[in-house]
Parts: sequence; C-alpha cells; structure tokens
Amino acid sequence: MGEKLKSTVAKVGLPRIIIVAFFISLWFAAAGLGLDLVQLFSDCLKRWGMFGVLVLAMVPAVQCGIGLNFGITMGIVGGLLGGLVVVEFKLSAIPSIVAVSPLLAQWVGILIAIAIGIVLATGIGWLYGLLLNRVKGSEMTVTTYVGFSIIAFMNIMWTVLPFKSGVLIYPNAGEGLRNTISLADDYSGVVSNTLAIHPEGSSLNIPTGLILFVLFVCLLVWLFMRSKTGIAMSAAGANPQFAKASGINVNKMRLIGTTLSTVLAAVGILLYAQGFGFIQLYNGPMMMGFNCVAAVLIGGATPKRARISHVLVGTFLFQGLLVIALPVANQIIPEGNLSEVMRMIIANGIILYALVQNKGGDSRD
Amino acid sequence: MTKKKTIGEWLFENKVMLIFAFLSIGGTMASGQSVAFVVNELMTRIARNAFTILSLLIPVLAGMGLNFGIVIGAIATQIALFLTTHWRIAGITGILATAALATPLAVFFGFLVGKLFNKMKGNEMIGGLVLGYFADGLYQLLFLFIFGGVIAINDPKLMIATGIGVKNTIDLTETTKYALDTVPLLSVIEIAFYVVIAATILSALFKLAQKQTVDWKRTGGILIGAVVVYALTFIPAVERFLAQDRMLLLNAVEIACAATVLWQLWKIVYAKSIRKQAGFDVKRPLVYIALAVLVYASTYLQAVYDVLVYTRLPMTTYLCILALCCMNSALLKTRLGQNMRAVGQSRAVANAAGINVDRTRIIAMIFSTVLASWGQLIYLQNIGTFSTYGAHTQVGQYAIASLLVGGASVQKATNKQAILGVILFHTLFIVAPLAGKELLGNAMIGEYFRVFVSFGVIALALAMHAWKKVAKPALASGEKDAKKA
Amino acid sequence: MDSTRYVLRMKNITKEYSGNQVLKGIDLEVHPGEIHALMGENGAGKSTLMNILFGMPVIHSTGGFGGTVEIDGQSVTIDTPQKALELGIGMVHQEFMLIPGFTVTENIKLGREISHPNALSRVFGKSMETLDMEAMTRDARKALDTIGLQVEDYVRVAGLPVGYMQFIEIAREIDKTGIRLLVFDEPTAVLTESEADRLLEAMRVIASQDIAIIFITHRLDEVMAVADSTTVLRDGEFVAYRAIRDTSAAEIAELMVGRRVEKLVDEREDHRQLRDDDIAVQIRNYTVDMPGELVKGLDLDIRRGEIFGIGGLAGQGKLGIPNGIMGLYEATGDVTILGKKLDLHKLGEALRNDVAFVSEDRRGVGLLLEESIEQNIIFSAMQVKNKFLRTFGWIRLLDSAAAHAHAREMVQQLDIRCTGISQPAGRLSGGNQQKVCLARALTLDPKVLFVSEPTRGIDIGAKKLVLELLSKLNREQGMTIIVVSSELVELRSVCDRIAIVTDGRVSSILKPDDSDADFGLAMSGKKGGGKRG
Repeated sequence: MGEKLKSTVAKVGLPRIIIVAFFISLWFAAAGLGLDLVQLFSDCLKRWGMFGVLVLAMVPAVQCGIGLNFGITMGIVGGLLGGLVVVEFKLSAIPSIVAVSPLLAQWVGILIAIAIGIVLATGIGWLYGLLLNRVKGSEMTVTTYVGFSIIAFMNIMWTVLPFKSGVLIYPNAGEGLRNTISLADDYSGVVSNTLAIHPEGSSLNIPTGLILFVLFVCLLVWLFMRSKTGIAMSAAGANPQFAKASGINVNKMRLIGTTLSTVLAAVGILLYAQGFGFIQLYNGPMMMGFNCVAAVLIGGATPKRARISHVLVGTFLFQGLLVIALPVANQIIPEGNLSEVMRMIIANGIILYALVQNKGGDSRD
Repeated sequence: MTKKKTIGEWLFENKVMLIFAFLSIGGTMASGQSVAFVVNELMTRIARNAFTILSLLIPVLAGMGLNFGIVIGAIATQIALFLTTHWRIAGITGILATAALATPLAVFFGFLVGKLFNKMKGNEMIGGLVLGYFADGLYQLLFLFIFGGVIAINDPKLMIATGIGVKNTIDLTETTKYALDTVPLLSVIEIAFYVVIAATILSALFKLAQKQTVDWKRTGGILIGAVVVYALTFIPAVERFLAQDRMLLLNAVEIACAATVLWQLWKIVYAKSIRKQAGFDVKRPLVYIALAVLVYASTYLQAVYDVLVYTRLPMTTYLCILALCCMNSALLKTRLGQNMRAVGQSRAVANAAGINVDRTRIIAMIFSTVLASWGQLIYLQNIGTFSTYGAHTQVGQYAIASLLVGGASVQKATNKQAILGVILFHTLFIVAPLAGKELLGNAMIGEYFRVFVSFGVIALALAMHAWKKVAKPALASGEKDAKKA
Repeated sequence: MDSTRYVLRMKNITKEYSGNQVLKGIDLEVHPGEIHALMGENGAGKSTLMNILFGMPVIHSTGGFGGTVEIDGQSVTIDTPQKALELGIGMVHQEFMLIPGFTVTENIKLGREISHPNALSRVFGKSMETLDMEAMTRDARKALDTIGLQVEDYVRVAGLPVGYMQFIEIAREIDKTGIRLLVFDEPTAVLTESEADRLLEAMRVIASQDIAIIFITHRLDEVMAVADSTTVLRDGEFVAYRAIRDTSAAEIAELMVGRRVEKLVDEREDHRQLRDDDIAVQIRNYTVDMPGELVKGLDLDIRRGEIFGIGGLAGQGKLGIPNGIMGLYEATGDVTILGKKLDLHKLGEALRNDVAFVSEDRRGVGLLLEESIEQNIIFSAMQVKNKFLRTFGWIRLLDSAAAHAHAREMVQQLDIRCTGISQPAGRLSGGNQQKVCLARALTLDPKVLFVSEPTRGIDIGAKKLVLELLSKLNREQGMTIIVVSSELVELRSVCDRIAIVTDGRVSSILKPDDSDADFGLAMSGKKGGGKRG
C-alpha cells in the first residue's frame, strides 16, 4: 500500500498534489467564510475560458519538440495588433451590421481582429520557428528572452505607431497608445456574453459562448493532432531520429508546430481581452508566457509531452486557484495582494519542478 | 598555432561591443549633454553596479552560464538591510553589520541554488531566471505578510500603518546612505596596516608552533614595508589627500598612469635581469608605458581637464571593485579556480580526473551569490533609498546585459569585459532617454529603447550560444573525417 | 622483462549481469615490462574484464564478481577507480579525456595539480592553494620527453592534431607516480598509419621502463609487431594464452572467431534462383558520414532474393551502410535499388522506393517509446504510403479502425507478447520491441529490407525467432534482406554471402562455410584472406 502510494505520488508529482489539495481547501475556506460560492464558480469558468486558448498554445509547441513555449508573447503581439486595428477603424460597429444586430456587429469585429491576428502570427511564428530550428536544445532559454525582447520592442512601437482613435491614444496630445484600452464600445465580452446563462436574481453566470468557443478551438487542435501531419509532428517532437528514419522532415514539423502555437496565442489574447474588457499594452503581457506554461504543467504536462486534457485541467486549477484565493486572502489578511504573491510562487515553483524532473536538460544534449 | 586575426575577424567577433560603442557615442552627441555630465554620471553608476557585474564571472568560469540567480544574493542583502535599518545601525557600522548578516544568508541561499542547479544541468540559465521570480514571490511573502503579520515589528517608519507588511520604500538617509562611499582612504590604509601586521606576526607564530621554518627575511620585509607605507600617511600633504572621502577623477587618472608605468617597468626589469627569460617580448610593456604617458599628456588638454576636475570618485567603493577584480584573477591561479575551469569546459573529463563536479559547482554558486549580495549593498548605500519590492528584480537582467555588451559570452567572461560592459551599457542608459527626447521629442522612446536593448542583447547572446552548440558537433565530426582521409 | 614475476594476475574471473553469465572463468597474467595483447571480438568480455580491473561502479552495483586479483603477488580488492589508481593502474581511454581549452601541461596535471600554500589556503583549506605552474610544467615536460612527443607544453590542446591527443593522454598516465600497469583501449583506432607507428614505438619505450601494458586492439598486425604475449577471449570465455613468438596471425584470428556454426535454414527448402546479373541493390563509390561508423568509398552488389550479410568489427563502418541509404546520415555516391537510382539527399527517398530499415538503435531510432504498439507499427506506412488514413476534404485523419485491425494482425502474426496494442512500446522486452520494429518495416511492404543488429540485446529464444522470421520472409515472399551484424555466427547461420567491412570498405566477401581463419583475417583488415563468393 505504502509503495503504491509512493509511486502514485511520484507519478503525479508532489507539487501537483499540493496544488490540488490547496485548491480544494480554499473552496472549503471560502464556504466557511460565507463567500458566494456560486459567483466564485462563475468567475472560475470565465477565467478558464479567457485563458483556455492561450494555454492551448503550449500543446503544439511541446508536441513538436520546441518544449515549453515561453515566447507566446510573439503571437500575443500579433493578436493585439489585430485587436487595435479593429478598434481604430471601429470595425465592431459597422453601421449597416449594427442595424441588423449589435451583437453580430461585435462578432464581426472580433472575428476580423482574430483574422488579422492569425495572418500576422503566421508570419511571426514562421520566422520564430526558423530561429528555434537553429537553437535546438536550448529553446526554453532562448524563447524566454526572445519573448521579453519582442515585448520591449513593441513598447517602442506602441509609442510610434500611427493610431489616431481617441480611445487608443493618450489624451491631450500625449505620445502613443494608452497602457490600458477599454473595449467597452467595441467587442468587450462579446464571446463571453453570447448565449450566457445568467438567471435573474442569481449570481450564477455561465459564459456559454466562451466555453463553446474554447472547446471548438480545442476540437480543431485535437483533429489536427490526429491528422497525418499532426501525428508526424508529435513523432518529430518525441524522437527526431525516429521521425527522420520514417522520412519526415523534422525541421519542417517544428516550424509547423511553432507557427501553430504562435497563431493560437494570437487568438488566445483576443479571447482574453474581450473577456477582460480591456487590451493591455506595454509590459502587460510580459509574463503571460510564464502563466500559460505554469497552467499546462499543473495540468500534468511535461516539457516533452502535453495533451489537450492537460490544458483544460491545468487552466481550471491554476486560474481557479487565483480566483478563489483573492477573496479568501482578503478576508484573512486585508492588505496586500496575497493572490499575486501566491501566483508568483505557484507558477514559478511548478516550472522549477518541471525543469528538475526534466533531468540533464534536453536529451539531445 | 596562433595566427594573427584579420581586422575583419576582429570586427566580427566584437560586433556587439562595437555597436554599443557606436550607440553610446552617438547617443551622447544626440543627447546634447556635456561630456562632463555624462562622465560624472557614469562614474557614479560604475561605482554602483560594477561589483554586481563582476559577481557573474565565477559561474561563467564554472560552465554554469550567466547566473540569473544573483537576484537571490540581492534578496539576502535586502533582508539584512531591512533588519539593520530597523535596528537603526548607522554609518560604516551599519554597512558592516548588514554585510555580516547578509553573508551567511547568501552562503546558505547560494548553497541551495547550487544544489538546485546540479539537478538541472544544462538548464541553469532558464532555471536561474525562474528561480529569481520564485524567490521574489517568497520575498514578497516575507515582507508583505510575515514581517508584521507573523513576526511582530513595531516600527512605524518602516511598516505600513496597519503594522502588517513593509512600506514600499525604505529610506537609508539616516542610516547607511553613502556609508561606504565616504570612508576615507586613510582609514582603509590604517585598518589594512593593523591587519597586515597582525596577520604576519600570527602566521610566524603559527609556523613556529608547528615547528616549520619561518622565512624571517620575508616576514621582516613585510613588516617594514607596512610600517613605511603607514608612516608615509603621516606626511601632511599625503594625509590631507587621503583623508578626503572622494578623489578627483584627475588625480585618479594620474595615479593610474604612474602605477602603469611603474608596473610595466618592473615587469621588464624582472624578466630581463632577475629571471633572465630569453623569449620575453619587451614591446608589450613599452606599448603600455607609451599609452600611459599619452593618457597623462591628454589631461593637459583643456577639454579633458574640465571633465576630469568635474568628477569625484568614491574611493573606497572603487577600491572594493578593484579588489574583486584582483580576486577574480587570483582565483584562476588556485586549485579551486583550475577545478572550476575544468568543470566548466567538460564535466565528464573533470569527473574522470577525480574532481568533484557537483561540489565545485555549488562553491561557484556560493561565491557568486555572496558577491552579488555585497554588490547590492554597495548599490543600495549609494542610492540611499530603495524600493522594497522592486530593487532586486532587475539586478540580474541589467548586470547580465552589461556583461554581454562588454563582449562576454555564455562561456567566457573576463574582468576587462565586465568593466568595459558596465561603461558602455550605462552610458547608453544615461543618454538614451535624453537622446530620445532630443531626437524624437519623446523621452519614453529612449527609455523603452534601453530596455529593449538590455533584453535584446541577452536574447542575442543566448541564441548565439545555442547556435554554436548545435553547429559544433557537425563541425567536429567533419574535422575528424578530414583528418582521417 | 621479468618472466618470473607478475605485475597482474587475474584468476578465474566470473561475472554475471542479472543471471546472464558474461565472464566464465577468465585468467589474465601480465609480467612487468611486458606488452600483453588482450584480444577478442565485440562482446567477448574485454571491457567487462577491464571494468573489474578498474573497480568501476558498474561492476559493484551489480553484485561484484568472482575470482581473485593479484597485483605484484599481493591479493587485492579493487572496489573503486581511486583504488586502482593508488595501485598504479592507469588507463588510456579510447575517447579522449582531455579538455580542449586547457594547455598540454594543464591537461597532463588535471586533477593532480601541484600547489603551494598561501595565506588563504591556511584558513580555507587545500583548494585555495596557489598553483605552481613551473613545477607542473617541469613534470609535464618530463612525461612528454619520456614518450618522445615534441610539442610545446603551453599550447592549447584544442588546436592539436588528433594523434597528439592520444600521446598527451599517455603522458598523463605516465606522469602519475608509481604507475606500473597501463591499459591501452584500442589506441590506434583514431590514428593515421604513421601516428599509429609512433604510438607503437612509444609503447615499447614505456615497456622498457618496466611498466606493463595491456593492449586492447583488433588489429592483428599491430599485435604481431609489438606484443610479447596475448590472451584471447571469446563469448566471455578464456580461449588461449600465447607467446607471440610461438604463434601466427592466422592462429590468433582463428582463436578469436572459431565456433560451431549451426545452419538455421534447411537447404532443401531453398527453391530460390539467385542470378549474378539480377541485382537488387547496387552500391558504387559510396561514403557515409556517420560518426564512429564512417563508410569511405564502398562498392557492393546484392542479388535480388538473397539474404546478404554485412559483418565486421565495431567502428569499421558496417552500420553506416544502411543508415546512409535511409538518409539518417549524410551520404554520397550511387545507390541503385531495383534499377532505380536513389537521390541520397532527399529524405525518405529510400522508403518511397520499397526499402525498409530496422535500426540497430532500437530505443533511440527504432521506437517511440512512450507511444502505443499500434502507433509504432503503423507510423511509417502511414507517413510514407498514406495507409490508415481517411480523407475529409483537405484533411487526412487517422483511420483508427484500420490501424487497430492491422496492429492486431501483426501482433498475432509475429507473436508479440503484450497486454494489448495500446501498451507503450517502451514497456516491452527487448525481443518484443524488435518484433514491433520489424512489424513496422513489414507494414511498408518492402522489397528490400535492411536489418541492423537484429538480435542485439535480446534473449536466445527471441534471437532464433527473429532470424527464422527473416529467412521465412526471404523464402516465401522473395524479399531481399540485408542483415548487418557484429555477430558472425548469426550472419553465418542465415546468410547466402557475407561481406566483411573494414575501415569503411569491403575487405572481402565470404561464403558462410569459409574457414574461421578467413573470417578472422578479413575482420582484422588483412587483405586477401578470402576469395570472392
């Protein structure tokens, strides 16, 4: 019995067990403190949906062999640009469509944003993949800093890009785009609110549209992973020599995986922005990569293998944890942002754990 | 074996450094500031930052790459500094007390970091970065909730009004601000004098007790030398000069030139008359002497003179930096340093030669963490106030970027590169916002540009390193093949 | 040389790894100042014996060994490499244990630096002592002079020719005080001919200083030139001890190889018509850049419908042949498969031309260890021949039903012992893993099948099954099969002809029933041993 317990613990990983236990105990604490559990659960679902696609971007990256993609900021930047263009040209409020249905107009807006994001991210991701093919074995270190660099580079861009809309730029002839851009007049909450179940008088709010959208993207990725190319890509990631022996161009597969991951990140950030109601520029998305990596690791992925189920479970646990921790912590210690501190410890702790488990660095060394 | 490098190769190898030299000079011109201002500002920043950057060298030597984990050394110092500030220990005593408190903490942290890095060999850099964030989380937990929440600290000046958690900024004005910078050289010499005398006598006594032979000539020589130097400080002019807490940059340059000339002359004499080395190349020292004379001559130019009398250096701080440079190169000549180099180049071979690889790596991390903690102390006492939750976060980032700008790589870094790097990188830091404002009418662009540069240079260095690692095996096998054919 | 004393006596050494007897009563005796050649094929037990001599952890973590070891007449227990070092036993490694960035001196004194105390070291211990470079240089110079290497002691090793590195390794061993026995593990494998000659000369010089040498090599001519005596091992057994002056190269070759060959295939069932003008695989001027297994301009014709063996010692290039054709390593030259010339630079070219390959590196190249048996079996055929796919518009998805069915059929046909087709391949035993690899190759419906080291690391029962399967495929389906193997017995039991590869080229092509001496001489690179078959 003891042996069996030990091997289970070793398999699941002690940190994951602690996180799950912590998650559950927080629920009990929340109940004990008399918090509105239904509302907390609604918030969990919403955050889960907001982050779902961003975290999903880890799957193709890990499967194709580049490992945990700390550089999803590359794709995020593409998505943000798409989002900004739609706001600039008021594409989410095209009068002729608004006349039919305001919601439809918003949908048109976000879909255009996503389309622009996908186009940009495809280009960026391809270049990014070319870079990663040259630094095999050290992808994680390189992706992290390339991800940071693009954010810093875009900081310059945000100040000089010729956006004109008053919603976007600083007032009083200030320089450049605002730090936080409200989407209230554009496509804020469009996906989340579609088909939302929000009974009158209850604090329950299920963002049905968002959940369906995330599940739909998951389905697409799942189908891709079962296609000829997807299977070849997973094999290239798991064992490049094996793939080569079956006549597969490993570098091409890595390019495909990296590009797909970048595209998903672009879509993901737009889903996040519409749920949040704001676009955050400048250093806002800087640590997004870390959070997504942490989420998929909590779900049970390793730097070498990740599944869609890891994404769904991990995002729910990680984001759920942060959602409940905030009110619970505020009840116990009113000052300070304990939730943020906890996020730092949990996210970086699980990444460290994964690195230690991944002994001796990459096997290709 | 060693062929002369062509100019093209030299340019290519030093591209990062050259680009930065160009950016720095261009930026200075564009900023519209006087050279005197920039130099003055730069000298302050070198004093602040150089020590931390130098703390990165040992891990590079031991093959652990750029140590992003020095954040943890900074954290050790900030914990110690918080406590000594809370106890109101002021002046140089405060500095020494903080160091005394921070050092064991840093040793302990360094040990843990080393242990962890041994479990993720090859991933030390990303590991160090993540570890930095992780440690930051724990640090915030300590400062926001444990101080005041669990450990009662009654100190309205440092703590938030509710009594739980530390305020956002900690002011050192009344305690340790400038405490190290303002120590006059005279006091350092005095203390060094007593230490040398005591150490020499104790060592002789120790040897006598162990019935070993004592080199009386050498012992006597050291004692007499120490007394003479100490006696010199009683000459009023010298005493007055040394009693200042800052030194004019002009004087520093003069002393440096004189020292260079003397040192190179001694080298020639030593090689020619004492060791009688046959193949000694006299040209090199002569070039150095000529350079020193030239530099000295240039101080008579009005423009240079103006800059040099404008700037004053904190003596003791620079002395610390110099001492660390010496220590870094002295370490290379010890058994430990040799082991670190061996481990750095090939863990497998070092292990086969009976070197304890893991232990050597842990020692390297302890060194680095302790030095980084001292570096952070020097930095904070010079600034005089620090942001409780922000002062440590960028330490690794900027230090590493500086080192790389100086021409270092993931596998090789020297004192020279560190010093050159801190000069170039911080010149850019000073002038970038100003230049941005002048050129584009927006100071923020310059600000963002320097941040981008610091990230970009690290990304570039890491990518180059990884690239080389991938390219190397193919090259090696190719060579072997050519050899066989 | 003093033939009455023994610097080393190993008596009746036995060793087993988890029930598998790898050494069966080996004796090894070496006199002071003698060069003693230790000979045997791959897997004869030489390295295990040396691991015992050096007290390597791999021996002692697997239950130790039987027998006694005497050094200078004293019975000793060597349980750590340090202990071996203290007893004056040194090893010159096959791969260089040198640090490229260090100077010659630093490498020679690596880990044994000379240092003198200083103020710091008195407080912090020996590791802070200052290095005494002058003394180190003196020692290094002396060691280099001993073996006659003219190289400046302050240059970095990185820029030196490969041949020099071996000498620096030797100098390091010589420099160790009290060294009395040196083991050279295939030292000439990486050297050019002139360098090898100099090395042999250096060995003589070392031996003349009363240091004994154990010389592990495959090259018979070197043994004849330099050794005083030899011990021959085969399959973990002691075969013979010979003084070199009383023996010949042919005799040693025969001793190394000799063993009874059992025909696996019944000749009477052979209805094949093999014709010399019906060539399935034609190889001309073929080179492969596979590290450690270089092929250097090889010509070969393999007839359609035959089982062709490629043998030779490790490192001679036999493994490079299939790996190059499959595109796993850079290859040049002309390879024609069934009349079609392959573009060797195009990945997957061979696969598309009905060639399949079972890799020698089963776990590294042959399998996706964490994926299911089914996935492993269908993968190549799906990627190359678009089998097991269903097309929906522009997307081709896996056809699970077809894949399941085929995997089940293969499991049954090849008798793969597993819990089900979804079991991860990494959990199977070696023999069953090999069958999965074979199943994948067969799923491709190949006309030409390369099988590399088909029985490496699998037990005897499974070995026989795999070999029988190969000959069945050959006889019943007319598949041309090329077996690459280090085990001559195995090749001789199934093959029609066997090419022996030495130094990246075919040294001779033999019939399975040619004499042991012919095989031995061919393997040791002595030309003209056999006749073309």
